[in-house]
Amino acid sequence: MRYALHRLGFFAVTLWACLTLNFVLPRMMPGNPILDMMAKYKGHVTVQALQAIEVAFGIDTHASLFAQYWQYLGNTFTGNFGISLTQSEPVSQVIAGAVWWTVGLIGVTTVLGFILGTLIGIVGAWRRGGWLDGLLPPVFVVLSSIPFFWIGMLRILAVSKFMPTFPTSGAYAYGATPGLNWPFIADVLQHALLPGLAILITSIGGWILVMRNTMVTVLAEDYVRMARAKGIPGWRIMLDYAARNAMLPNLSGFAMSLGFVLSGAILVEYLFNYQGVGYYLLLGVVNQDYALVQALFLLITVGVLVALLAADVLTAIIDPRTRTGA
Amino acid sequence: MATMQIDAALPRTGAAERPVWRVWRAIRSNKKAATGAVILLLFVVWSVIPGQIAHENPLAFAYGRSLGPSATHLLGTTASGQDIFAQLIWGARETLIIAFVSGVLSTLLSMIMGIGAAYLGGWWDHGLNLITDILLVIPTFPLLIVIIAYYPNSSLIPLVGVLVVTGYSYGARQLRAEALSLRSRDFLEAARVRGERRLYIIFVEMIPSMTSLIMAVFLGTASYNVIAAASLQWIGFGDPNSQSWGTMLYWAQTGEALQTGQYLWAIGPGVCIALLSAAFALLNYAFDEIGNPALQRVSRRRSRYAAPWRTRAQRVR
Repeated sequence: MRYALHRLGFFAVTLWACLTLNFVLPRMMPGNPILDMMAKYKGHVTVQALQAIEVAFGIDTHASLFAQYWQYLGNTFTGNFGISLTQSEPVSQVIAGAVWWTVGLIGVTTVLGFILGTLIGIVGAWRRGGWLDGLLPPVFVVLSSIPFFWIGMLRILAVSKFMPTFPTSGAYAYGATPGLNWPFIADVLQHALLPGLAILITSIGGWILVMRNTMVTVLAEDYVRMARAKGIPGWRIMLDYAARNAMLPNLSGFAMSLGFVLSGAILVEYLFNYQGVGYYLLLGVVNQDYALVQALFLLITVGVLVALLAADVLTAIIDPRTRTGA
Repeated sequence: MATMQIDAALPRTGAAERPVWRVWRAIRSNKKAATGAVILLLFVVWSVIPGQIAHENPLAFAYGRSLGPSATHLLGTTASGQDIFAQLIWGARETLIIAFVSGVLSTLLSMIMGIGAAYLGGWWDHGLNLITDILLVIPTFPLLIVIIAYYPNSSLIPLVGVLVVTGYSYGARQLRAEALSLRSRDFLEAARVRGERRLYIIFVEMIPSMTSLIMAVFLGTASYNVIAAASLQWIGFGDPNSQSWGTMLYWAQTGEALQTGQYLWAIGPGVCIALLSAAFALLNYAFDEIGNPALQRVSRRRSRYAAPWRTRAQRVR
C-alpha cells in the first residue's frame, strides 16, 4: 500500500514537471517563437483566436508570471487548451479526433509486440541453441536497430510496386464516412496494416532480447533445477517457474521502451499520414501551432504515465513481493 | 536483485588488466563485437578522409540530374544533380560527430547524476534520483521535437544539447544501481579507512571498476542518438544545408526519390544510419555478454558437462 502511494506520488510529481516544462519552454526560448507564430498567423485567423494565444503564452500582459502559471494550470485541468491555429478549432476537439486512432494503432501493436516478443524470448531461451534461438534474436536485433521510418519507407515502396491499390496513407479512405459498419472497419484495418507492421517489426526485437537473456539467467537458478528433479512437466517449468520470474525485468523494461516505441510511432504516423497524435504533433511543430503542440505533448506524457501504471499493477499481480511492500 | 548485481560486478573488479586491453581482447574474442568494431572503424575512416575516397564535391549541383549509377557517379546523382556517393561519404562526419559528442556528454552527465547520487546519498540521492526518474518517464522523442520546435533555425548545438539532456537518464539509473552495490564493498571501505578524499575514491577507485558498464551506457546512448538525430533531420528539423545522412534522407524524401525510382538516393543513407546504429548496438550486446557470463555461448559439447540434466531432458523429448 505504501509502495502504491509512493508510485502515485511519483506520477503526480512527473505530471507536474511536464506541465511546468510546457509552461516554461516557450517562455525561455531565444527570439520569442510565440511572436513569430503570431506574426505568421495575423490576418489568417480571427482576432479572438490571436488574443487567446496572447493570454495563453503570456504576451502583452501585465499579469505576473506566477498568475500566468496559475491560470495555465487552471486552463489545463478544465481541458481548455486554446485554439489550434492550423485546424481553426479548439485544440481539445483536434485531440479528441486524433487520440483514438493512435491508441488503436500504437496500443494494439505495442501490446502485441510485447506479448509476441516475450513468447519468442521464452521459447528461444528454453530451447537454447535451437533453430529459433539461432535465427530469430539476431534477425530482430538487426531489424530493431533499423530506424522505423526506414522500414516504413521500404514498405511503401514495396507496396506501391507490387500492390498499387493497397492504401499507404491516412487512417481510412478519403471521403469514407466513419461508422460501425463492416466496409469501414475493413478499410480501417487495411490502412492500419502497414504502419502497424512497421511498428511491430522494429519494436519486437528489444522484447525478445531482454526476455531471452533474463530467461537464460533464471533457467540456471536452483529452483528450476529442483523443479526438474521433482519431475514437473517441462512446459510448466518454462511458464510457471522460469517465465513468470523472468518477466519482471521485462515488465519494468516496458517503461523504458515505451518512449522508444512512441518515438517510432510518431514517425510512422507522419510517414503514413495517419491522423493520430504524432501526426498532429509534427504538423503543429512545422506550422508553429504551439497551442496544439503543448497539449499533445501533455497528452503523450499522460498516456505514458497511464501505461506505466498498468505495468506497475501487472508487476504487483505477478510478483507478490511488491504487494507486501518489501 | 541486490545479489545479482554484486555477482555481475565480481569479474570486473577482480581483473587486474588495463581496461584498454580488456576491451581489445573482448572485441577479438566476440564475433558480434568484432563486426560492430569493423563497421565503426570503416565509418571513422570515411569521416576522417572523405576527400580521399570520394573525389566529387558533395555540395556542387554540377552534374546531370537523376543519373543512374555509373563509373563516374558510383551511386548516380540526385534530382538536383549532386553526386550521391560523395554525399554519402561526406555525410559520415556530421553523423559520427553527433553520435560521439552527444554520447560522451550524456554518459558524463549519467556518471555525475548516477554515481554522484549513489555516493553522496541522503537528500542528494533523493533529489538527483527524482530528476533522473522524471526524465526517464517523460517520452524523450516528443520532448526533443517540442524543444527543437521552439528553436527557429536549429543548428547542431541545440540538437546535441537536447539529445544529452533527454538521453542521460537511463544510463544514470544503471550507473546509480551499480555504484550503490559497489559502495559497501571492501576495497572502497579500505580507501575510506585510509582517509582518502571523496573525489579520489570516486575517480580512482569507483569509476575504473565500472568501466564496462560505463562503456555500455555510452554505446547504448550513441546507438539511440544516431537514429534520433537522423529522424529529426529526416522530418526537416535539422539544418537543411548540413551534410549528414539524416539531411540526405530529408532531401530524398522531398525529392520523391522512391517514387521516381532513385532508390539509391534514399537507400544509401538509410543503410548507413542503420549500420552505424547497429554497430554501436552490436558492441553493446557483446559487452553485455562479456560482463554477464551466464549469457556467453555454450558449445554443445561443453554444455553436456555443465548442465547434464538439460541435454538429457532434451533427449527424452
